[in-house]
Amino acid sequence: MTYADIVLDLIKKDDRYIIMTSENRAAFRNLPPLIKNNFIDTGITEQTMIGMAAGLALRGRTPIVHALATFLTMRAFEFIRTDVGIANLPVKIVGAVPGFLSDGNGPTHQAIEDVSIMRGIPPMNVFCPADEEDMLKGLKSVFTHSAPFYIRYNPTKALVEHSKFELGKAEVFGKGTDVAILVYGFLFREAFKAKEILESKGVSVRLINIRTPKPIDEETVLKAVDECKLIVTLEDHFITGGLYTILAEVLLRNRKTANVLPFALMNKWFKPALLNDVLEYEGFTAGQIANKIFNKLKIEH
Amino acid sequence: MKKQKLHELKQTSLRVREHIIRMSGNGGCFIGASLSCADLIVYLYKEFLNVSKENMKDPKRDYFFLSKGHDVPALYGTYVELGWLEEERLKNHLKTNDFIYWHPNRNIPGIEFHSGSLGHNLSVAMGVAMDCKLRKQKNKVVVVVGDGELNEGSMWEALLVASAYKLDNLMIVVDRNQFQANIQTEDLIPLKPLAKKFEAFGCKAKKVNGHNFEKMDEIFKNFPFEKGKVSVVIAETVRGKGLPSIEKRADRWFVNFKEEEIEQLLKELHGAKQTKLTSETIVAR
Repeated sequence: MTYADIVLDLIKKDDRYIIMTSENRAAFRNLPPLIKNNFIDTGITEQTMIGMAAGLALRGRTPIVHALATFLTMRAFEFIRTDVGIANLPVKIVGAVPGFLSDGNGPTHQAIEDVSIMRGIPPMNVFCPADEEDMLKGLKSVFTHSAPFYIRYNPTKALVEHSKFELGKAEVFGKGTDVAILVYGFLFREAFKAKEILESKGVSVRLINIRTPKPIDEETVLKAVDECKLIVTLEDHFITGGLYTILAEVLLRNRKTANVLPFALMNKWFKPALLNDVLEYEGFTAGQIANKIFNKLKIEH
Repeated sequence: MKKQKLHELKQTSLRVREHIIRMSGNGGCFIGASLSCADLIVYLYKEFLNVSKENMKDPKRDYFFLSKGHDVPALYGTYVELGWLEEERLKNHLKTNDFIYWHPNRNIPGIEFHSGSLGHNLSVAMGVAMDCKLRKQKNKVVVVVGDGELNEGSMWEALLVASAYKLDNLMIVVDRNQFQANIQTEDLIPLKPLAKKFEAFGCKAKKVNGHNFEKMDEIFKNFPFEKGKVSVVIAETVRGKGLPSIEKRADRWFVNFKEEEIEQLLKELHGAKQTKLTSETIVAR
């Protein structure tokens, strides 16, 4: 099962679904001849594509629009906000190569404020799957939901088997109380490996795959805040407006505070390179994450 | 066009202009643009579009989009004349108990989509036109745009795509009143030769006097102008049409008239001498 299979299956069962792209066909190269009328490539025109998606939605369609995350969420931002957001239309916005996944492309292609700006649109939901398996588990609920969604496309291979997807529910690994690692998207992989390193030194870890930064699973987050000594937020996103900010909002709403260690891009774009080198350079490998947590907990390692 | 029909259209647009003028106080409205496209909107709804109170939710209806949202008083006025909107509700203009304000809102029956941010409704209309084509339905999709709005890159980007997909069920009507907000278009970002620009983008363009119903009838009845092409009507209009005291005036783009000015303007509309306007002119907003 792949992303393309899920889209094909949806379209075969229900003619309402239409996949649109502004010439970013990589994720579904073989689909167009199979779905003919349910596939529209508008060329390199993110704004027009979103406007048309709104028009198609007015006619009862559910467009799945697929393009590079930066250009889709930023070039077309006002179209998403004004045409999809104000009208609350069921348009599914799939952003390809988000966050660190844009690896060697450079800052023009780094979608590291996408979660912040998309969640700021009132009816918009945000789904950031940990890996391909997590994405495929969630897509059906997300695509068939009546609300607009932004999806951080993530085709990386899974390290673990994920649980059933439930909108607005985080996925929790372990019951540790020393540290809770809150993470969404691709960095789940590093978080999972960091958990193993930490546990090998006797640190008890609770790993929380946020899945949907919006709606946020406030109950699971608050439980971690109440039960764990240290809260880590981990994201390939600017420090502003993403998970760290979401946690701050949850804490403030509930008149709480916490001992928080954030991993995020601190007001700078990341060094363009091959993915693993990016992680190393920016300090986001499992080992680097674990070390910072050891230091914070004042544990010899 | 029969004389009776022509008389009827002229009377309707006169009443629509009265509604617009009455909305130009108590907070005001964008009167210049509303008056320039009043005849166009009346013509489209009365003569061209297959949309009525009964079929306005039917997927087989024709679709109308007002991309240049400023002139929505002309649309409200037309809806009153069509019997879609109670005249009393126009008094709710800019009140919190209704949805009648400076730009279109979908809560008003008949309004297909909101606008206000320029350069949006063409691509939205294209999505609708595309779906009608995919479903092999014969709906016409009309979008009225401003000439100033043609500064927006999204308009030209959308035209490329509309032509690529041969959306000949789509008509773009340009309210060519020669003005953008504060300045004449040709003095700021010149658009001439406009018809040639549209044709270079793969459309079929025709010009018409946007205040002459008989001429409009001759042009519109040929839709689509060419198989496989988007039809474009460049409607030559006058900003503030019907009120010589504000016609072609950049400083009467947005107005907020006093009660006595409104009374005098209503008389001016019916042929009385030009109104001596004393209220503050608002150039930029």
